[in-house]
Amino acid sequence: MRKVKIHITLKEGVLDPQGKAVHNSLQSLEYSNVQDVRVGKYMEVMVEDSDNLEAEIDRMCDQLLANPVIENYSYTIEEAG
Amino acid sequence: MKFAVIVFPGSNCDRDMYFAVKDQLGAEADLVWYKEANLANYDGILLPGGFSYGDYLRSGAIASTSDVITQIREAAEAGKPVLGVCNGFQILLEMGLLPGAMLPNEKLKFMCHFETLTVENADTMFTRQYKEKEKIQIPIAHGDGNYFCDEETLQKLQNNKQIVFTYDQNPNGSVGDIAGITNEHGNVLGMMPHPERAVEALLGHDDGLRLFESILTHWREHHAINA
Repeated sequence: MRKVKIHITLKEGVLDPQGKAVHNSLQSLEYSNVQDVRVGKYMEVMVEDSDNLEAEIDRMCDQLLANPVIENYSYTIEEAG
Repeated sequence: MKFAVIVFPGSNCDRDMYFAVKDQLGAEADLVWYKEANLANYDGILLPGGFSYGDYLRSGAIASTSDVITQIREAAEAGKPVLGVCNGFQILLEMGLLPGAMLPNEKLKFMCHFETLTVENADTMFTRQYKEKEKIQIPIAHGDGNYFCDEETLQKLQNNKQIVFTYDQNPNGSVGDIAGITNEHGNVLGMMPHPERAVEALLGHDDGLRLFESILTHWREHHAINA
């Protein structure tokens, strides 16, 4: 079994109003050193190991987990259980 | 002409859509539960608004993987009219029948009010009862209605006259003030504003009714019954 940790982020150039709101909140807490905030998603997918696991994870991300029009994804695969 | 209104778990404008085509337009219509759908005998497919699957992952993403999607794709390929409103539009984007994607509204606020739209293309099966550049009043009700596509796609949409409705006062940050687009063939329309909520004067405006009348007259012309 493998644990796949997937990070999904908005593409550069895609407006992130949520990130902007969080940025504003950090500033009102006087973290004036914060330059920018982008909010994304994190998922853990438990999957049976296979020879072409990476290709399969890529397909999962392209088909459903991320929307390639607006999002990028990256992941790491770890040993699990 | 017979319409199917597809009902997903979390759809909540399905009855408004049914009312619009059945009672106001006077066409035949069924509410069709997504799991029991057999769309072969329907002439038009309507994807209503709401929050299918609670907008989990992304609006429309989960619904776009359900079995009924294959049938909707077939109906679209067969040239049948497919209309997706609000969450229905989001589903059409997620299943790739229309280009682009939906982002949260620029100001992160759920908005629910009438908007003035301009009919940018009155030469589609959905808009033939409007005049080109006509201003119409149709309500919006969405949190994720900020239409996004890259520059190249926007050019294509403009060149092919696929942008059918634009907002006069862009409420959500959509690229090109886009409120509704069709596919290249012109038989799939996705729009964030709700024409089914503006089908009689009692509801404030009846500008939305002509959209459904357009579909019906187009269908009649192409399926003229020779008595």
